[in-house]
Amino acid sequence: MPVFFSDAEFRVIEAACARLIPADEDPGAGEARVADYIDGFLGAFSFDPPRIWAGGAFSGRFGGAAGFASFHRLNRLDELAWRTRIEGSLGRPEREWNGPVVGLQERYRAGLAALGTDFAGCNGDEQDGRLRANGEFTALLYEHACEGMYGAPEYGGNQGLVGWRYIDFAGDVQPRGYSDEEVSQP
Amino acid sequence: MSRDFDAVIIGSGPGGSTVADILTAAGWSVVIMEKGRNHLIDLDDPSRLATDFSNDEIKFMIRHFLGPDPLLEPRSFRRDESEGDRIHVGEVNSVPTTVGGGGTHADGKTPRFREEDFSLLSTWGPVDGASVADWPLSYDDLEPFYAEAERLIGVAGEAGANPFAAWRSGPFPMPPGAPMYGAVLSTAAAEAAGLHPYPAPTGANSVPYDGRPACNNCGFCAFYGCPIHAKGDPVASLRRALLTGRAELRPETFVSKIRVANGLATGVDYLELDGTEGRVDARHVVLAGGGIETPRLLLLSGIEHPLIGAHLMFHFQTYAMGELPQRVHGHKGRSVTHVHDDHMIPDAESLAAARAAGLPWFKGGMVEHAGPAHPILEAKLAPWGALHKQVMRTSTMREHLWGFCMQGEDLPQSANRVDLDPTVRDVRGFPVARITYRPHRHEIAASEYYGAKLVQVLESMGAAWAVAATSPNPDGSDIAGFDGPISQSRHIVGTTRMGTDPQTSVCDPWGRVHAIPNLLIADSSPFPTGSGYGPTLTLVALALRNAHALVDAG
Repeated sequence: MPVFFSDAEFRVIEAACARLIPADEDPGAGEARVADYIDGFLGAFSFDPPRIWAGGAFSGRFGGAAGFASFHRLNRLDELAWRTRIEGSLGRPEREWNGPVVGLQERYRAGLAALGTDFAGCNGDEQDGRLRANGEFTALLYEHACEGMYGAPEYGGNQGLVGWRYIDFAGDVQPRGYSDEEVSQP
Repeated sequence: MSRDFDAVIIGSGPGGSTVADILTAAGWSVVIMEKGRNHLIDLDDPSRLATDFSNDEIKFMIRHFLGPDPLLEPRSFRRDESEGDRIHVGEVNSVPTTVGGGGTHADGKTPRFREEDFSLLSTWGPVDGASVADWPLSYDDLEPFYAEAERLIGVAGEAGANPFAAWRSGPFPMPPGAPMYGAVLSTAAAEAAGLHPYPAPTGANSVPYDGRPACNNCGFCAFYGCPIHAKGDPVASLRRALLTGRAELRPETFVSKIRVANGLATGVDYLELDGTEGRVDARHVVLAGGGIETPRLLLLSGIEHPLIGAHLMFHFQTYAMGELPQRVHGHKGRSVTHVHDDHMIPDAESLAAARAAGLPWFKGGMVEHAGPAHPILEAKLAPWGALHKQVMRTSTMREHLWGFCMQGEDLPQSANRVDLDPTVRDVRGFPVARITYRPHRHEIAASEYYGAKLVQVLESMGAAWAVAATSPNPDGSDIAGFDGPISQSRHIVGTTRMGTDPQTSVCDPWGRVHAIPNLLIADSSPFPTGSGYGPTLTLVALALRNAHALVDAG
């Protein structure tokens, strides 16, 4: 269940991300659940603590206690910054110390409208054409798709580590690290 | 609420933490004001280290975990006054706003300066349009404090490996760590080209040191906090200071004003996170906010001197990058393990090139052997669509790109400065720092000359292609981006120049503001020139020297 998008919007985001980072012989954005990453980011304040900064020091994938899943608490100013960035300033004076800020949620809603409610049902060429025709939004979506594909899975994407596996990247290797031989040899 | 301390220290980075360490060891009481969050040390038990740092590209590279958040604390930028009030608002060369400051995020290269870096004017002479100057102290004056700083931080290195190094009174505290594979290749090529690469002096433990473990090469070093505290960030000095019981660390506390009365600093005004106003009175005020925030606070406090904020210097970075046939896995190891200094040593050929460019001389800087590391950054530069995964599998950037970053010397110019933006405000309503900066032709000519040499080294390694680029790129159209006029160096110096003459300098040779002798500046702002080396070890050595002097004077 998406926390920010409607089910229909979520299907459009899923379909668009699958065009940006498609599956081939290896999994793509769909299998990595990149849309969940984006939905979780835009809906970060549906969670307590908000899903902005994963915890530390280790994920548990290479030993140590699994701390990534416990997200950091935000202080008053951090919350103000991230709410303003995600939700926009919405005309509230306390968010407009340097003027109005258009939030990511609004940019996504506008981008979804431009892609069209029928986007998920279109063929690939049509989808690519609409993505190219909305270059500014597609650039934003692609940035987030990359974060969801290749970021830590605790943020909702890169499920099964599929983003890291196919590029042969181990990810967060602490506390094991790399041996001197792994560093210095081919 | 008002409380008395011997000293209030503004900023908990390498400079402020060092001063706190020395003053508390001498029995002084100090309060350390830090506007950022504390991710470094457990205040209930300072012998314990925090566990907030992690190998997390989203948290550190995208979501501003170390601060500052550019929405909350923007800066503004213009190349010169002809561009109006500003051409950019947002992130401008920010160094972390967090307990430990800039010490938390760097990959810990901690070189000493060379002897002539303290006497650039008398060694090489003036340059038109620049305010080249000598320091009011020599390398010999600072050498004992360099040695002390290396012990306190824990610097790994190899004495004698760099033929251009300044003299040293003893060995490094630790041997160097494991060389990165890419550096194994590039040091061999550099040596074949007649250069002299050596293991970079690095504040990352190669063996267990000072109660902290050896670095395990995780690769999340530059721009990340160290999850295992193997890095010589200021945690060691902060921990010692707090364990004396005479230091109080107040994170998330923004100092808004240094109070001055009758030519002496009397303390500071501050704001807590919830906006509560407070005031602390102290015998001494130590300002260690870094090369941009330090002049900003002086200006916010109404402290006047025409050179506050002037002579802002970064490093003029020259990148030479090439695609190697080998997979060099630049994500394994401590970001940079080797450097060479040849390009900061003028010779007959470089002097001829300088004269051809209309300059009496030019200098480059320390050259880091390095490659990019992490996949989100790489992916964002890859195309979307069917090609995306092909590009990521081949991984030209993360696996095959290797090269050099030269931290070129940036000459001081009085027009390059920090002042207060007339209208842009931080979240608390205070004017933000405005940066006015355009490189001198010295930097550009040196970069072109040495960049070509670095490209040749990459070509000799069998690179499929090799190119040079700079940051800043003064003519770049990508104003806020990497290929634009805003320096990416994070080495910021010069904005409260020190000297003996109060007319031509803001601080005296001991870092004290001329007009306010109990106001000590303990960061890189007092540097009269920037050298071609990162400033951290030198600013710590200066802070040690000046803090010891403060204690000796009572």
